[in-house]
Amino acid sequence: MDAAFPLMANSGAAAASSSAKIAAHTPAMTTSGASTLRMKVTKLNFYYGKNHALHNVSLDVATNRVTALIGPSGCGKSTLLRTLNRMHETLRHTRLEGEIALDGVNILTLDVTKLRRLVGMVFQKPNPFPKSIYENVAYGLRINGHKGRLDDAVEKSLRRAALWDEVSDKLHKSAYALSGGQQQRLCIARALAVDPEVLLLDEPCSALDPVNTAKIEELLFELKPTCTLVIVTHNMQQAARVSDSTAFMLNGDLIEFTPTGTMFTTPSDPRTEAYITGRFG
Amino acid sequence: MWRKSLNAFMLSLTGLCALFTVSALFFILGYLVWNGGKDISWSFFTHLPAPVGEVGGGMANAILGTLKLLLLAALFGVPIGLLGGVYLAEFGGRTVPFLVRYTADLLNGVPSIVIGIFAYALVVMPMHHFSTLAGGIALAIMVVPTVLRNTESFLREVPLALREGSFALGANKWRMIATVVLPAASRGILTGVLLALARVAGETAPLLFTAFGNRYWSPGWMQPTSSLPVVIYTYATGPYEDWHRQAWAAGLVLLGLVLLTNITVRAFLSRGSSYERI
Repeated sequence: MDAAFPLMANSGAAAASSSAKIAAHTPAMTTSGASTLRMKVTKLNFYYGKNHALHNVSLDVATNRVTALIGPSGCGKSTLLRTLNRMHETLRHTRLEGEIALDGVNILTLDVTKLRRLVGMVFQKPNPFPKSIYENVAYGLRINGHKGRLDDAVEKSLRRAALWDEVSDKLHKSAYALSGGQQQRLCIARALAVDPEVLLLDEPCSALDPVNTAKIEELLFELKPTCTLVIVTHNMQQAARVSDSTAFMLNGDLIEFTPTGTMFTTPSDPRTEAYITGRFG
Repeated sequence: MWRKSLNAFMLSLTGLCALFTVSALFFILGYLVWNGGKDISWSFFTHLPAPVGEVGGGMANAILGTLKLLLLAALFGVPIGLLGGVYLAEFGGRTVPFLVRYTADLLNGVPSIVIGIFAYALVVMPMHHFSTLAGGIALAIMVVPTVLRNTESFLREVPLALREGSFALGANKWRMIATVVLPAASRGILTGVLLALARVAGETAPLLFTAFGNRYWSPGWMQPTSSLPVVIYTYATGPYEDWHRQAWAAGLVLLGLVLLTNITVRAFLSRGSSYERI
């Protein structure tokens, strides 16, 4: 891995300039003309203090599709994901240049509370609140002033997250009594409760065993007709299984963004090929 | 041979010191029970002190006075300490929290008699008389730094992941703190509040010239009031045999109150860390 990096750093600038061209080549336009763009990232530069973490990244997120972000640790894929609902603003000394649009509207002009209701997020480690299962799901509804019956909304969200059958008899028990995989699906249900247009998933299965990973992947597939999904993953097999299009990132550059099938069969950049064939990362 | 005996010597020395710590508490407790236990009766809790020179009577007014003083201390001290702790843990840059923290630690170390003088100058002098209010304010000043530092440390223990989970659902910072962080840390915060109150319950010096003392009931908040620590001080240094016995009994009641709080709190805490359970 270390040996491979100096080479890549040299060609980084060239890749950055070509990434915009590659980004235009989205699955939305190549595979099905009917699907539209939900989010569009244009020439995004991001800094942690003086550390330039994302270089001129452009990315199109197609509506009701799964977009996967892959790449080695520290390549900026989580950073990119967190800019999509402005979670980076919880950290100090960060700076963002470029534009991110949700349904054609610059997200920086939106109220951040509203944005995060439209663009939900699921984290690497399950992070249910120390409340009951019911209260976890109802949380987003409560803080957003939900009108109508909470019970129905909670049940609907738990059903969408394929968790209802396992928890319907213990809704008022602690969320910590659930297994890790159930907790992660609870977090997905919690995010779904406010009916987001986009759901961001930051390595949602990295803390889970294969059985629970399979359940989550199946769940993603079921969510696809109603929700746009962006998933960061370390696991290339997972990206291949669940996503429609895949972006490969390296050292803060978006190297290649193509339909997933193309990425894993005929990658156009030698660095992508090196990564997906396991030569580094 | 030499090394072996040195080892044995050090081991027994440390053991003895540990034993001393444990036995000090039990010695005090035993001594109080021995001297004061037989004087604790129902009338001790329900009657006013007997007129000077007469045998008998109780300390109902001192017990109620201590409870009223603690109520005031909690009413004034806890909100300030709590919200200050939230500020330290959740807001602010680097300089201001550093100053606040440093000042709180200094305040914690101020001798309690000095705090009494301060409350005397602040409340008693302008009002021209001693009062429950003045005593309560003196105790509140002592409660603030403890509650503040304790609240801060328990809030800091709430994992970042929970905060992010709340933000990601569209909560703003106050909403996040009120609905996730404070409930998650509530058990620890409550513990700190009770321990701080238990600590000031036994303070005598700040009450001597604020709440003063009273041989009768103290109506309202603006009259001088009796309190257990001050009564213990007065009775123990007084000339009557019966007073000495009652001072022991009052000491036992006060220690019982503090120990009970401590033990309750510890039992409560040991049921698990606050964000691992509901």
